[in-house]
Amino acid sequence: MSEAPLLNATAITKTYGSQIGCENISLDIHEGEVLAIVGESGSGKTTLLNCLAQRLPMTAGRVSYRMRDGTTRDLAGLTEAERRFLMRTDWGFVHQNPADGLRIRVSAGANIGERLMAIGDRHYGQIRETAHDWLSRVEIPGVRIDDRPTAFSGGMRQRLQIARNLVTNPRLVFMDEPTGGLDVSVQARLLDLLRGLVDQLALAAIVVTHDLAVARLLSHRMIVMKGGRVIETGLTDRVLDDPRHPYTQLLVASILEV
Amino acid sequence: MNATLPAYNFAYLDEQTKRMIRRAILKAVAIPGYQVPFASREMPMPYGWGTGGVQVTASVIGPDDILKVIDQGSDDTTNAVSIRAFFARVANVAVTTKTVEATVIQTRHRIPETPLSEGQILVYQVPIPEPLRFLEPRETETRIMHALEEYGLMHVKLYEDIAQNGHIATTYAYPVKVEGRYVMDPSPIPKFDNPKMDDCPALQLFGAGREQRIYAIPPHTRIESLDFEDHPFRVQEFDRPCGLCGATDVYLDEIVTDDRGGRLFACSDTDYCEERRERAA
Repeated sequence: MSEAPLLNATAITKTYGSQIGCENISLDIHEGEVLAIVGESGSGKTTLLNCLAQRLPMTAGRVSYRMRDGTTRDLAGLTEAERRFLMRTDWGFVHQNPADGLRIRVSAGANIGERLMAIGDRHYGQIRETAHDWLSRVEIPGVRIDDRPTAFSGGMRQRLQIARNLVTNPRLVFMDEPTGGLDVSVQARLLDLLRGLVDQLALAAIVVTHDLAVARLLSHRMIVMKGGRVIETGLTDRVLDDPRHPYTQLLVASILEV
Repeated sequence: MNATLPAYNFAYLDEQTKRMIRRAILKAVAIPGYQVPFASREMPMPYGWGTGGVQVTASVIGPDDILKVIDQGSDDTTNAVSIRAFFARVANVAVTTKTVEATVIQTRHRIPETPLSEGQILVYQVPIPEPLRFLEPRETETRIMHALEEYGLMHVKLYEDIAQNGHIATTYAYPVKVEGRYVMDPSPIPKFDNPKMDDCPALQLFGAGREQRIYAIPPHTRIESLDFEDHPFRVQEFDRPCGLCGATDVYLDEIVTDDRGGRLFACSDTDYCEERRERAA
């Protein structure tokens, strides 16, 4: 792709006191590209994701992003208002636990409509119509629009969280173990759905997962982390079929064959 | 014995405290709708009985003021009677039940039906000053939301109302936008009273004692009630006139008159009702 990357991260380091969260990590992500960050628990995947998404202050490094108006901005230079606006319009963040990303006390429709109302939509009928549309796109029956997420199953909550994030047509979505905590058949359905949506909407996504199957199904490229450092990066198929680093080889070999 | 007990300063609070509260009031008037924190004092009444309103009243009242206190529109309920007696005793000020005579009116849950005029001060007792509280429990977060004018959440509440009830079912403490900037909780007044706040010639002060916040609406400030384009703001309507004075454009209370299902709908503003009946007689 000849275009400049959508998001560029250079030498990101995050330390917690003397503990290293992640160290000296650089990456690019282009429009419509899905990047998986894999590694074992404690390898710094989520720290890296949170740094990229500006949810955690970095110790060092910079992240720049090409805004909707075409200008590339250093995200550290955004005002708080600009940062929050970016996060609820052009970005999405899907939490592992849907309760973290949903407003659990209001209905599914209000959850989806929240971002629209935050950017100034003031027409109830239109908001509701959009919410209906998004519920069907994430395969939740329209009659559930006035039910609260507390009445939803884990898989439905996760799909609702995704709908709530995508309603403003973001260009970049961060996902932290989107299928974690779901049983296998629900995971498969969610992955199918995500793959379809990413494809349809030409979304760029950064997906943190410890599950190599998720990385295989969703991502174009992947980076493998261990101890806060990137130890291997490349096209997903290449890394999984022909791992070079001994640790990656170990990871790939450790997948249970059923 | 003196009517003012010698052990108390004028209007109960000491001068330093009044000074502190006046500074908060000045700031609140300068930034309409913004909640100014203040060091709320213990008052000789329980929280929830108007400690915030009493402190504001004590700080603005002078020896020449005439005080009116209403509770749910009425001059003769417990809360109104005791607060009026309190100020009559500790400040030795004149008290009245007539809206037009009063210079300071402390209120709980109503705005008088008689239009207020310039030079009057309306002091509201506020239980929970933060309009976003039930949607966002974190104070740190609601402050940022006010600072950045992020009020989408307020509409989420109204959306939820319509989704569950078919119309905006919020009938009191109905959120308003002050001069196009801050979203404010008008205290638990019925939404019937919301339009009276708009362009009101009187100064409106809000005191929340337990939550330690003061906010204000200066005279002639634009107050808009939040709504949706296809579900516009509407006030309550009553299908009958007041059973005592016959007024039709007022807020009515339902009064149970016997144990056989007897009901009387009468003005909640007792002063307004009495005055109308006197004039008719």
